[in-house]
Amino acid sequence: MRPFVDISKVSLTYGGGPGGTLALDDATLRIGKGEFVAVVGPSGCGKSTLLKLVSGLHPATRGGVLVADREVDGPLSIVGMAFQNPIMLPWRSTLENVLLPLEIVEPHASRFRSHQAEYREKALDILSVVGLDDFPDHYPWQLSGGMQQRTSLCRALIHEPELLLLDEPFGALDAFTREELWVVLENLWLKQRFTAILVTHDLTEAVYLADTVHVCSKRPGRIIASTAVNLPRPRDIYGSEFVSIVRSLKDNIIEVRAA
Amino acid sequence: MTGNGRLETALPWLFVIGFLLVWQLACLVFHIPAFVLPSPTLIAAALQKQIGPIMENSWVTLLRTLVGFAIAVVLGVLLGLAIGMFRFIYRGLYPVLVGFNSIPKVAVVPVFVIWFGIGTIPAVLTAFLVSFFPIAVNVATGLATIEPELLDVMRVLGAKRRTILMKIGLPRSMPYFFASLKVAITLAFVGTIVSETVASNSGIGYLMMAATANFDTPLVFAGLIVIAVMGIAMYALCAAIEHRMTFWAKRGEGLMA
Repeated sequence: MRPFVDISKVSLTYGGGPGGTLALDDATLRIGKGEFVAVVGPSGCGKSTLLKLVSGLHPATRGGVLVADREVDGPLSIVGMAFQNPIMLPWRSTLENVLLPLEIVEPHASRFRSHQAEYREKALDILSVVGLDDFPDHYPWQLSGGMQQRTSLCRALIHEPELLLLDEPFGALDAFTREELWVVLENLWLKQRFTAILVTHDLTEAVYLADTVHVCSKRPGRIIASTAVNLPRPRDIYGSEFVSIVRSLKDNIIEVRAA
Repeated sequence: MTGNGRLETALPWLFVIGFLLVWQLACLVFHIPAFVLPSPTLIAAALQKQIGPIMENSWVTLLRTLVGFAIAVVLGVLLGLAIGMFRFIYRGLYPVLVGFNSIPKVAVVPVFVIWFGIGTIPAVLTAFLVSFFPIAVNVATGLATIEPELLDVMRVLGAKRRTILMKIGLPRSMPYFFASLKVAITLAFVGTIVSETVASNSGIGYLMMAATANFDTPLVFAGLIVIAVMGIAMYALCAAIEHRMTFWAKRGEGLMA
């Protein structure tokens, strides 16, 4: 099967010239359609850079990225992205924040005005999946960090993207909220079956959510190991198999950092 | 309303009444001559006696100010957007604007008189000139300080610059815009009146100049008070619109104790 996301021998230098920082060096990663992958690694290894490449926010210095057999040369409408911070628009209510992509991405943008009621319904639906049915008219500052991050997930998924990019989306949350949101995300994924790339430094999170966990070397980053997680969902994070996968990944990363 | 709230509403009035009392007493106790500093009661008498001409001339001043201010809002916003959107305008035009803004506007009034004669046109132009700069600068600042993360959210979705301007740029700069309106409206009054005192035969500025020539100091002060009242009214109007439009930006009491 052809990979849905094909990152082959990609290098990226920030700043340019001999003084630039080489963030990614010959990184290669192939992701099948509908697969949920996680990329873990020591901080500063270029994990987030990888997402910038796939999202089209930043061009590669060398090599290329194919998404759905098309060279990525700019943002793609089939992509949704959630960031480390929820980044809400403070002048918009929760519902209006979720609706934002529909006002921009075609084919929704041109029919947004005439089909507002239908789209609002859709946004309310996805808000209720993440447990925010009671807060559509609240403004971002009236929500807790976890609620904002849920909203951010809804916003990333409202236009039903085929590829979801997650840049440490739960990094700033407390442990309880984080684990709750893993379940929320997993349910959304089981329902919509998008392809997902999750960048994280939380190994438990990676093993809980991903089909495959890729380990990134320290800077300049490349993918140096991949582990398939073949546990049934929903996974028990205290199960012995689960724990041993997390442990071996951790050893792997300690090795990488020492290298 | 709680007792505290009622006190807060009453506070400005209490301050004014206290100030007037002190003023009145000072005039009485120190026997200050009326042509130097008239007492509040004398000013009130002058206000009452001359209410016809005062109203007539303040109306003229108000209209001139509002027209100048309206032009300043339109051109200020457009210029601010241009400065905030295009690097070459920011680099090229901005320093020129700063230089231009440093020129005392009272010095420009005679030039306007040469071009347009005395009266309404120089007054409107001066009001416009003094008030458009803060609007342009603030709108540009609003655009320049957009969080790069917000832009990323838009860019990932493939939003064009125009869309980003409409969805992020404009709402994001609204608090800056309204803050500048409050400054600009009061500056616009200053502009109109400066021009009227130099080159006009109507308006509250002209009335005050005429009163000065007659050593009618109470009337001069009456004019000042009318100007202050108009200024406060317009400021309050701007503040009310600001409150409605940018409620999301002001969530707390700030540093107020």
